[in-house]
Amino acid sequence: MTSPNLAYPTATPSGAAAGGRARTGRNTELLLLLFGFVITVVLSAASEGALIDTIRLDSLVLPFLVLLLGLLAHVLVRIFAPYADPVLLPLAMLINGIGVVVIHRVDVPSETDDSFSKFATIGPFDGLGVQQVLWSGVAVVCFCIVLAVVRDHRTLSRYAYTLGLVGIVLVAIPALLPGRFSEVNNAKVWITIPGVASVQPGEFAKLALFVFFAYYLVRKREVLSLASKRVLGIEFPRPRDLGPVLVVWVLSVLILVVEKDLGSSLLYLGTFVVMLYIATERRSWLIIGAILFGFGAVVAYSLGTWLGPFRNFHDRVNFWLDPMSDPLGNTYQLSRSLISLGVGGLLGTGPGAGDPTSVPLPRSDFIVATIGEELGMFGLTALLLVYLLIVLRGVKAGTMARDPFGKLLAAGLAFSVALQVFVIVGGVTDLIPLTGLTTPFLSYGGSSLVANWILIAMLIRISNDSRAPGQVTGGGRGNPPPQLQSVATEVIKL
Amino acid sequence: MNRTLRRSALVVFVLFLALLGNLTRVQFFQARSLAENPANPRILKDAYDTPRGTIMVGRDPVAYSKDTGGVLRYQRYYPKGEEYAPITGYTSLVYGSTGIERYENSMLNGTDDTLLTQKLSDTVTGKKSAGANVLLTINAKAQDAAWNALKGRKGAAVAVDPKTGKILALVTSPSFDPNPLASHDDATIKKAWNSYDPSSGSGPMANRALGGGGPWPPGSTMKVIVSAAALENGYNPDTNIPAGSSYQPSDGGNEIHNDVPSICPQDQVTMLVALRDSCNTGFARLGVKLGADTVINKAEQFGLNKSMTIPMLGQDQGMPVAKSVTGDPKGDSQVAQSSIGQFNVAETPLQEAMIAGAVANDGTEMTPYLVQEIQGTDYSALRTAQEHKYGQPISADTASKLREMMNAVVSSGTGRNAQIDGIEVGGKTGTAEHGNGAPEHGWFMGYARDNGDPKVAVGVFLESAGESGSGDATQIGGDIMKAVLGK
Repeated sequence: MTSPNLAYPTATPSGAAAGGRARTGRNTELLLLLFGFVITVVLSAASEGALIDTIRLDSLVLPFLVLLLGLLAHVLVRIFAPYADPVLLPLAMLINGIGVVVIHRVDVPSETDDSFSKFATIGPFDGLGVQQVLWSGVAVVCFCIVLAVVRDHRTLSRYAYTLGLVGIVLVAIPALLPGRFSEVNNAKVWITIPGVASVQPGEFAKLALFVFFAYYLVRKREVLSLASKRVLGIEFPRPRDLGPVLVVWVLSVLILVVEKDLGSSLLYLGTFVVMLYIATERRSWLIIGAILFGFGAVVAYSLGTWLGPFRNFHDRVNFWLDPMSDPLGNTYQLSRSLISLGVGGLLGTGPGAGDPTSVPLPRSDFIVATIGEELGMFGLTALLLVYLLIVLRGVKAGTMARDPFGKLLAAGLAFSVALQVFVIVGGVTDLIPLTGLTTPFLSYGGSSLVANWILIAMLIRISNDSRAPGQVTGGGRGNPPPQLQSVATEVIKL
Repeated sequence: MNRTLRRSALVVFVLFLALLGNLTRVQFFQARSLAENPANPRILKDAYDTPRGTIMVGRDPVAYSKDTGGVLRYQRYYPKGEEYAPITGYTSLVYGSTGIERYENSMLNGTDDTLLTQKLSDTVTGKKSAGANVLLTINAKAQDAAWNALKGRKGAAVAVDPKTGKILALVTSPSFDPNPLASHDDATIKKAWNSYDPSSGSGPMANRALGGGGPWPPGSTMKVIVSAAALENGYNPDTNIPAGSSYQPSDGGNEIHNDVPSICPQDQVTMLVALRDSCNTGFARLGVKLGADTVINKAEQFGLNKSMTIPMLGQDQGMPVAKSVTGDPKGDSQVAQSSIGQFNVAETPLQEAMIAGAVANDGTEMTPYLVQEIQGTDYSALRTAQEHKYGQPISADTASKLREMMNAVVSSGTGRNAQIDGIEVGGKTGTAEHGNGAPEHGWFMGYARDNGDPKVAVGVFLESAGESGSGDATQIGGDIMKAVLGK
């Protein structure tokens, strides 16, 4: 079956202008970066104004440092990906800047605290805000390195199997390590060297795995889209082709059980199934994925009443169903989060006027509640729309990409951001059971920032390729990997 | 692939729409109820940021707030723990509050309108507003005596001042320690709570003095009400009434016997002797003769079948007391059983003390109260309790005759354990069966008068204490009265 919108625009991509210099969008990017800086500065100044009744120049320092990082990234993009989507970088940087300001704000005691007098002495380099700027610096440097080293995203497909293996190893390490090297807050997802540092390998594993998924699915899409049976008008794949999806399903169940990490489990399974759907154009995969997920959830929940490893999941579901049932005990975290959101209401208490420390982990897992209290539903909605834009720009990069691997990788990466935001924001706002995922670009923590900036680097790389003028693929640098060069851009289906 | 890629964007839209819709639920539709949830730390912080008023007995605190320096600044302490728990109640982060902590909350937390002027002056002087203090009517010695006498047993005791209605002692055993419930540590609170067996309804948190877990059949103490009804219907203490070793009501049912054969085996005994020796057959026949309506009517004038609360000073709602009831006896057999405090009759220890108090106070029954005074932070009186007459169930003449009979109970009848040298003491014992073969409840209601001046009335209840229950209850009643009299 073929349809008009399958006809891939191999001719002029939108970014290319006829003759002369192509529009790169780089100046737009710079302008947007500055605009994001203004928003961050306003937020920072308003917070400080509410907290200590004066606005010092100090409040400019952290946003300015973030702007510098943005400019550094911008320069690198100008050099290494001049035709890239101009919106991705400023949007991610905006969220990163908001994160820094909010994290810094949490460390400033609020007026109701007795430590009120400490206000004036809190400078821009006190607290964890500046630490987050340092992590952002590391992340942006990694972003730059990826842009500089990976000149053509198709290079990645050459290492697909290696990356897949690396991904699985990264996921498995915390599970295999003894608890004291891997368990924090009842989630076994860390590699901790006590007293030195800890890393969340899962943040990086997801990148490696999505590269592998993209490569694998592009190669197998023909087979996986072969149909065997029609049920209710939907064609289902042959049972023997269910292998890969079952493997990923088992993997995600293992993550859930051994690492008690429902969030990552959902993230891997969900992203894989959606990539599978995109690659094969078979709705049945979505249905199979949903059934497997639903089955897994129901079984895990029922087993949780008596089987230790599933208890964590069982409890979380119960807390989700009745979040105010035990506000000082079991549902402490969730009830505090919801109360904060309720106090915020539509408009919020205003920056700096909330009580962020009333929520546990106000800088990381529950930073969305912190923002929801002070900026209200409108503020959170705006934040979610920024995320939505990032995702849609990622999907757009996918639709415009000239090779199926690039398409699928961009789509997978973009969708994983959407799913991650959905899982953590949905958890904090009691839409779904609470899980411990990080909020991309926003949460305090290095692993998450570095991984997500690498993700943006990959999307920028793919979008540069698709928006670059003319037939020159990959910016004309390097040779496309042979095994993919021959693959047709679009395969016409049955 | 582009078509499915675009469709996956649709999935993204659905996910974000779900998030936004849910955000609307939480931050718009439920925002108010979430913000006003008592678990809101902002509310909690406020509530715990100022010290609650002290609950005092005389000059000693039985509940006070102490600065912990923590996020929740003031923690509640109960220095007398179990002894005063049925009065103070507790205030807890998890389980709300009970007792004075609950029913005088507006005074203790300083939100009552009465305190407005003081709060204004606090605002002007920049002082941190504290709640008002609550002075109880409790007599510490009587309370100690009651607590020491009941400790280790199951039951309750109440002492009231017959002339005013002041509650002088109110004790329940077993009791609970309110201190861990007022802790700021969730685990401590819950551990204590569960150890108090909250679901049974008759655990240590049941306030037996006010009928928590009951009320219970009063047994022979009911004969006081029957006597009152008879005295107001032409009978006198020396009127002969039919008695005998057994009585078979005309409509069948259980044959009624006396506790031991030596009690009123004669065909006729005087009312005084019948009460003094606790003659079941005599009072069963008397009740039947008077008729259910007459006896129930008298019981209701004393307060049975009426819901009751102990009035507070801070709010309209008083502290609830379980309703004492007569039941609705039909036919001679049920009326006969009811007349000796069985069948469906059930009372609270407080009700018993009120009845005894009315007899002592020439027939005038006073409304019992527990809070004497609301005091500002400087202990000056902001509001003082007023006495209230509950009713006049019997005339002064009837009361005098009834005292003659009840005095005989203590001087030469079943209630000798309550005697006090040089003091006019009257009362009535009770042994109540409940359930098949279960040990009987023991009761005592009584009063003490000093030179014709009513000083104290008590109601003592020992749950499932067996044969010796009423004797022990009488002893305890006497001890409490002695403490009130300073003997």
